[in-house]
Amino acid sequence: MDDYQPGPAAGSFAGRGPRLLSGGGRRAGVISTVSTLVVLAALVAVFLLAPGSAVVRHTFFDPRDMWQSFIGNPKKGYYSVGEAIWLNIRMFLAAEVLILVLALVVALVRQSTGPVLFPLRILSTIYVDFFRGVPLLLVVYAIGFGVPALRLGFVSGQSAAIYGVAALVLSYSAYVSEVYRAGLNSVHQSQVAAARSLGLSQATALRYVILPQAVRNIIPPLLNDFISLQKDTALVGVLGAIEANQAAQIYGSTVFNFSSFTVAAILFLVLTIPLARFTDRLIERDRRRRLAGGIR
Amino acid sequence: MTAGRGESGGMFSPSAAEAIRIEDLRKSFGTNQVLKGISLSVAAHEVVCLIGASGSGKSTLLRCINLLEPIDSGRISLLGQQITGAGVDQNLVRRHIGIVFQSYNLFPHMNVLRNVTLAPTKAMSIPRAEAETQARALLDRFGLLEKQSEFPDRLSGGQQQRVAIVRALAMRPQIMLLDEVTSALDPELVAEVLDVIRELAAGGMTMLLATHEMGFARDIANRVCFLEEGQIIEDAPPAVLFTDPKDERTRRFLRRIIDAGRL
Repeated sequence: MDDYQPGPAAGSFAGRGPRLLSGGGRRAGVISTVSTLVVLAALVAVFLLAPGSAVVRHTFFDPRDMWQSFIGNPKKGYYSVGEAIWLNIRMFLAAEVLILVLALVVALVRQSTGPVLFPLRILSTIYVDFFRGVPLLLVVYAIGFGVPALRLGFVSGQSAAIYGVAALVLSYSAYVSEVYRAGLNSVHQSQVAAARSLGLSQATALRYVILPQAVRNIIPPLLNDFISLQKDTALVGVLGAIEANQAAQIYGSTVFNFSSFTVAAILFLVLTIPLARFTDRLIERDRRRRLAGGIR
Repeated sequence: MTAGRGESGGMFSPSAAEAIRIEDLRKSFGTNQVLKGISLSVAAHEVVCLIGASGSGKSTLLRCINLLEPIDSGRISLLGQQITGAGVDQNLVRRHIGIVFQSYNLFPHMNVLRNVTLAPTKAMSIPRAEAETQARALLDRFGLLEKQSEFPDRLSGGQQQRVAIVRALAMRPQIMLLDEVTSALDPELVAEVLDVIRELAAGGMTMLLATHEMGFARDIANRVCFLEEGQIIEDAPPAVLFTDPKDERTRRFLRRIIDAGRL
């Protein structure tokens, strides 16, 4: 999640956009279709001809097990992966909103210049360094097992999903605040001067002049981080929350068949691919806008 | 319309004869002293041009007057009120001083009308409808009304700079500071911007402008100040300064300008 290319350059080679099927008309279309089929056929052949193919197919791709794990059966002691994915979606949505807010606050504090805010600046720098440096899984463990152990009444009495969201927010906000900071830095100082020279206060200039331009510049990298976030909700399963990955795990250890993980993987793909394509489209639109001299 | 007169009221009385008074202004960037004791006064309705080589301190002086740069020492007064030192509401002061930059600096994410109305609505709390009516009147006056819904990057440099001037005028400033507003323009676009400035001067707007357009300065200015290395070397009416400069350094500068074919 930290290796995105910021800005319009991402995914474009020598001025050509990141399109799957690029130009060339009918003949190119036929060629690309044929070559795709050949590659696919080769991959399938390798898979089917491998010595352990039958075992793998039975263990990971058994249609009956996939269906069973998808719908679940509480009587037999396993949950529905299809239902559990809703917890991932809910955690993702809640975390996303909180991250957007917390990361902005952290970025603004780090960008501030006043001497009064110095302690907060130091604090936010330490925060970003710390949570970018610690593996998310460890943060999930620390919050999920540490906070309840404190026995702090209300705070310690929450569900695993809540602690999971808290861990995701803490970790991702550190990353996203850096994305915000890049966006704020991408707005030229002369814009600040122009806004202030008109008598706008610092806060008003930020709200109406700086932030709108900054956010526009960082939408692709932000979405990129959110694609990662969608997947990383699976880590909350280690706390015992029944999200898709955990439900698949339970199915696997109950029935001794791992096709449930394939179901979980497919469900995650269904979630992340549309967002990935949407991000590509935004990047491409942004690139064209810049090339065309900025038609909005 | 004598833009900026009559209605602003508040702490700055527009009746004062002296619009801007600068006393012994000093400003350094690090160890580099850019302004070395500037004293200058601009009367109401007066047009004063600052000329001088790049790096002579013209832009810094204008930015200091607008309080965009903190000064090291000296005093600046606007309409008899000191605006430097502690306890000054910078945002209030800036509303009364319009500044236009060489690079226009329009807000690229807003259309022309919104560029013009942003400060009146957000800094002065004028209702949006009223601000838009006033903005359209100003845009109309400078031939920009049909551009009101365009975004800045769809405008020519000359149009952008005219919008930037209108944006500053919309705050009804007591004085306009123009910082080499034609320097970034293609030659064929310079005239339309200079025409706007001429019209402002004719309307009685007090103006302090840094410019490389010597011919224009000679036409429009009541006084021309020649700056070199952060000091005002010579301050005289254009007829005197351009034809009979007293100081050797002014003569040297003007000779270079003439040699370059710019006068």
